Amino acid sequence: MKKLFAALAMAATMGLASGPAHAAEATPIPEHTWQFEGIFGTFNRASAQRGLQVYNQVCSSCHGMKYVAFRTLKDLGYSEDQVEAIAAQYTVTAGPNDQGEMYQRPAEPTDTFPSPYANRQVAMNANNGVYPPDLSVITNARPGGAEYIRALLIGYKEPPADANMSPGQYWNKYFPGHKIAMPQMLVDGAVDYQDGTQATASQMAHDVTTFLHWASNPHMEERKRMGIKVILFLIVLTGLLYAVQRKVWSDVKK
Amino acid sequence: MASDYQTPYKGVLGWLDDRLPVINFADQHLRFYPTPKNLTYAWNFGSLAGIALVIMIVTGIVLAMHYTPHTEYAFASIQKIMRDVNYGWLLRYIHMNGASFFFIVVYIHIFRGLYYGSYKQPREVLWGLGVIILLLMMATAFMGYTLPWGQMSFWGATVITNLFSAVPVFGDEITRWLWGGFAVGNPTLQRFFSLHYLLPFLIVGAVMLHLVALHRYGSNNPTGIEPKGKQDQVPFHPYYTVKDLFGLGVFLIALSLFVFYAPNYLGHADNYIPADPLVTPAHIVPEWYFLPFYAILRAIPDKLGGVIAMFASVLVLFVLPWLDRSRVRSGKYRPIFKQFYWLLVLDVLVLGYVGAMPAEGIWIPIGRVATAYYFAYFLVILPLLGVFERPKPLPNSISDPVIKGGGQPAGAAAKPMEKA
Ligand code: HEC
Ligand code: HEM
Repeated sequence: MKKLFAALAMAATMGLASGPAHAAEATPIPEHTWQFEGIFGTFNRASAQRGLQVYNQVCSSCHGMKYVAFRTLKDLGYSEDQVEAIAAQYTVTAGPNDQGEMYQRPAEPTDTFPSPYANRQVAMNANNGVYPPDLSVITNARPGGAEYIRALLIGYKEPPADANMSPGQYWNKYFPGHKIAMPQMLVDGAVDYQDGTQATASQMAHDVTTFLHWASNPHMEERKRMGIKVILFLIVLTGLLYAVQRKVWSDVKK
Repeated sequence: MASDYQTPYKGVLGWLDDRLPVINFADQHLRFYPTPKNLTYAWNFGSLAGIALVIMIVTGIVLAMHYTPHTEYAFASIQKIMRDVNYGWLLRYIHMNGASFFFIVVYIHIFRGLYYGSYKQPREVLWGLGVIILLLMMATAFMGYTLPWGQMSFWGATVITNLFSAVPVFGDEITRWLWGGFAVGNPTLQRFFSLHYLLPFLIVGAVMLHLVALHRYGSNNPTGIEPKGKQDQVPFHPYYTVKDLFGLGVFLIALSLFVFYAPNYLGHADNYIPADPLVTPAHIVPEWYFLPFYAILRAIPDKLGGVIAMFASVLVLFVLPWLDRSRVRSGKYRPIFKQFYWLLVLDVLVLGYVGAMPAEGIWIPIGRVATAYYFAYFLVILPLLGVFERPKPLPNSISDPVIKGGGQPAGAAAKPMEKA
């Protein structure tokens, strides 16, 4: 048994050895509490819906989510009709039609959140040579995850005197290297929440990050629910197997 | 050519076994197969590795039904698997974390062998087949990691394939040949997918040979003394079937914790960014299970030297049975060996840590010292210990705790267990 523990401890430390690489040189990110954390975590529907509103009214003018289909918004509690209405706010390029031409039409539930830019060059041109990344899996794509994204969105500060900023650069406490090409978008009152919640910058950052975390991990709730069942089952099964093992081995002299 | 095989079964079973004697074969090797009765949980990891291989193959084949090996579509097809394919997220998270667990299990399995001298005569070929399996696994995992075509996929593949350019004269030729072009690109991705599908089945073949070799002399055991008869052994079934199943339960619980609650913990966030040949990530770090080797690669200031050292760190295992001159198998009876052994374990953990750090400052000397110890363990310490270490007295047999003699020089004390 002692050896097993030694072995497991070794395996655990080997796993952890990859930890430090993730955290290299970043400013410590403030802790934040989310309803989606923990083994019973769920997405707060009201918060995610507010987050979608922030995304629609603010972020979507620069970012797209090309892997997130409007139809999946039903998971956040929207009805079929609401999903259609949300999709219709966006325009997508479709075609070619019978004349062989591409045309613009309102998005449908089966479409994904389009990028406002036709291609990467246009996007870079409009944003000081940096393109706004696609946000489909953004909370998985940054070492700090949701915590980092939230901190980033409200992490804008006056640059220190020696910062040497060029035009189109903004100083952000949490961005690696601190100079980010995205301006501060979340200021108090940037949106008018439909549900009457007060739209402070930190409230919006919390909500839009909840939404983005859902977009990155749409099956998280199902995964966690299944996990509990699977693990409880395995614990019982393994306990039984241990009992059987004890029984079977009881007649073997050491 | 008829043989005089007589099936021991009756009825339908006998009819079948008479024509296809696999039933008898399975019975001999999975049921009655005599196994030392004193195996600890450290012996669970062999069967676990086999099961991990099966899990990887099953999830991999289903993933391959939905995956598209093309630079334009690979990342998108993974997103499709994660979002739209029924339980696609489950399959992928099992495959991703399964790879890590496969390595954890195999590393423990190897270190078990190192401690109990399982590589020693007459198990040299068994051990060598294990090293071949390790090499195949590394190639498979490396190419699999390229498939999602994220930033780490692309840059990891670039860094590792570039190592071959260190080969004198033909280096650049070889690298271009590997790529199928002038950089890692679509031809590279497609061949990696093809090989990623093929190699696991070569592993299955190597595992079978590994088992044939194992069953020739049977399992080693914590005493390192060969069983001296029935009193030292138990039939594999039910004793070790139930013990292996219990181990499997523990393994699945551990795997599930990651799959369901920390599915991306062992991976890199950068791999959720689509591959971009124009943007180099700040730190290109391989998967955790390659970190010790990566540290050895970077410990040598010369590129070719680093590559040679990295490959040598695995290849040295092939000759280990002839480097360790001690005739006492188990580390239990080797007081000095034991200390160097645990230092090696620590050393490999340090190497893993250094591999994750940027190659600068204090990490460079630490990496060099750790690399030096790694090789010294195999090339200097083990050969010398075989001559100078005085092993503790060995028990008479597995069942018989009476200690035989003692205090003789290494060679003499070991005599009894040499009789297989
Ligand atoms: C005016 C255009 C614009 C708007 C509006 C905008 N962004 Fe950005 N965003 C950018 C650009 C440009 C970058 C790339 C910054 C860089 O790499 O320097 C970026 C980068 C990001 C990043 C990645 C940061 C990183 O670590 O690399 C996130 C996350 C992000 N934006 C989220 C949002 C959210 C959420 C909103 C809505 C509240 C939003 N953005 C609104 C332009 C915009
Ligand atoms: C020795 C067994 C195997 C190992 C160690 C292994 C390892 C890996 C690894 C590390 C990845 C990258 C996972 C990620 O980060 O997304 C991967 C992906 C993949 N593997 Fe395997 N694999 C094995 C067997 C197989 C088999 C037999 C198949 C069958 C075709 C397969 C098909 C795939 C596919 C399609 C992907 C891409 C999907 C994905 O990235 O999740 N694998 N593999």
